[in-house]
Amino acid sequence: MNSLTNTSDESVATSPIPTMPAVEFIEQPIADVSTVALEDIDVSNPFMFRQNKWQSYFKRLRDECPVHYQKNSPFGPFWSITRFEDIMFVDKNHTLFSSEPVIVIGDRPADYMLDMFIAMDPPKHDVQRQAVQGAVAPKNLAEMEVLIRERTVDVLNDLPVGESFDWVEKVSVELTTRMLATLFDFPYEKRHKLPYWSDLASGSPEMTGGMIQADERVAGITDLMTEFSQLWHTKAAQKAAGEQGGFDLISLMQSNENTKNMVDTPLEFLGNLVLLIVGGNDTTRNSMTGGVDALNEFPQEFVKLKNDPSLIPNMVSEIIRWQTPLAHMRRIATQDVELNGKTIKKGDKVVMWYVSGNRDERVIDNPDQFVIDRDKARNHLSFGFGIHRCMGNRLAEMQLRILWEEILQRFENIEVIDKPKYVQSNFVKGYTELRVKLTAKNH
Amino acid sequence: MGHITFIEHSGEQHTTPIEEGKSLMQTAIDNGIPGIDADCGGVCACGTCHVIVDETWIDAVGVANDDEIMMLDLTPEKAKTSRLSCQIKTTAAMNGMIVRLPEFQM
Ligand code: HEM
Ligand code: FES
Repeated sequence: MNSLTNTSDESVATSPIPTMPAVEFIEQPIADVSTVALEDIDVSNPFMFRQNKWQSYFKRLRDECPVHYQKNSPFGPFWSITRFEDIMFVDKNHTLFSSEPVIVIGDRPADYMLDMFIAMDPPKHDVQRQAVQGAVAPKNLAEMEVLIRERTVDVLNDLPVGESFDWVEKVSVELTTRMLATLFDFPYEKRHKLPYWSDLASGSPEMTGGMIQADERVAGITDLMTEFSQLWHTKAAQKAAGEQGGFDLISLMQSNENTKNMVDTPLEFLGNLVLLIVGGNDTTRNSMTGGVDALNEFPQEFVKLKNDPSLIPNMVSEIIRWQTPLAHMRRIATQDVELNGKTIKKGDKVVMWYVSGNRDERVIDNPDQFVIDRDKARNHLSFGFGIHRCMGNRLAEMQLRILWEEILQRFENIEVIDKPKYVQSNFVKGYTELRVKLTAKNH
Repeated sequence: MGHITFIEHSGEQHTTPIEEGKSLMQTAIDNGIPGIDADCGGVCACGTCHVIVDETWIDAVGVANDDEIMMLDLTPEKAKTSRLSCQIKTTAAMNGMIVRLPEFQM
């Protein structure tokens, strides 16, 4: 078992910024699930995905104990919900299951005080979400499509053909970063700060078993705040001077009654920025990589795709299901709830494992197979359901669709030439490296 | 038996037979009406089966319940007679009804 080890010493006390003691996960081999007692199963282990043990662990829970209590994980006691229908029930019933104060398995460190609407219940959630969702509404996206395609084409045209390179770095990170810069109208030359901030915000060991230490996070978040306050004030000045506001998020916030003074409530402002940066970053990035990985594992699907590119939209949904870029969301029960024969007590932590529900053979045929023309491919859990359902789902789908449309124009094959490397986390299911080699298409 | 007419945002019309008791969403899907995604499969949890009921028919259909309103609030195209079609059970009394599709599902 891995454990949450306290590696801090006086270096923390002398740090200029007050921070949590450092915690770190040490990787150890995860036992075969058949050798573990049911009550000892702990799917919060941040190495589950890296060691490829997640499928067997979640299958056992789905079959033997779909509503499972782990009483002493490094993140405290929690319930795991692993079947599709039960996850739907929890996600839908936002009055029984609160999203406050955070939506990842671990609790937030004392200095991590971001307010984001993904972690708010109604009515506050609704007000804040409605203020910003126009930015990623399909109507606005139609206007962004041309720009996103141009930027995708630029990235693909620059790729080396016939030699090994890292798809994560050169394609997935680069494209999501450009997209975020577009969405925020963030200074293009500084755009590389965006994914860095995202990694900081979602990678704390206490919350998701990640590797980012508190002092680094605090410094990064302070920088984020400075940059975005500047951007806000620049845009406000342009608006005051009579310039037309753009379709970017900051301009939209400024022209909405409910959010036009958000810069004055820094924690909320920051929270919403971080939410959109994180929301739009790891998720899309890892779907961009996951698609390549999946098509290599299931080469006959690549053939199918090349024969019929009209399958792209359906494949995009299948990629997002197969990958499940966010493995879970967590809730707190607001009252005692009976679920699948268990009683979840008021105040208990409840984790919906989308990554498991998306492989639930009760609802999805051959769930471990990647099938680009799968029937009802859109009926997956990766975007969640209910009032917190992903706000950026159409944007994500559009980016992936464009990416694959442009890939098929240029490349005959994308061959994965080394074992993928995975993120250390129980929340972000993704890649740190995927080495590939491209074959150009004969025109 | 009766029929219901769906009008796409582009103005294109499609007429479907009523199978009493079936949801309006399922009726649309089974008849190949474009523009309804139904990502949650009909349990009022995704908002992608949004339709706007013709005003003269809203009494026959009834208004949205609280859960449905919360989901509809997520779409910028919400109108006064918006409904989630998975929450409407079709009846013979809906013969001749007109519903419009939004430009986009959210
Ligand atoms: C494949 C890509 C993506 C996946 C898998 C994904 C997944 C999710 C999930 C699971 C939730 C929570 C749902 C729930 O609690 O029921 C969520 C919420 C959210 N996502 Fe995404 N997301 C993706 C892309 C994006 C993008 C591109 C953006 C923004 C630009 C975004 C912004 C948000 C926001 C703002 C929320 C909070 C919604 C709320 O609380 O009302 N996401 N996403
Ligand atoms: S099908 Fe999901 S809300 Fe109607």
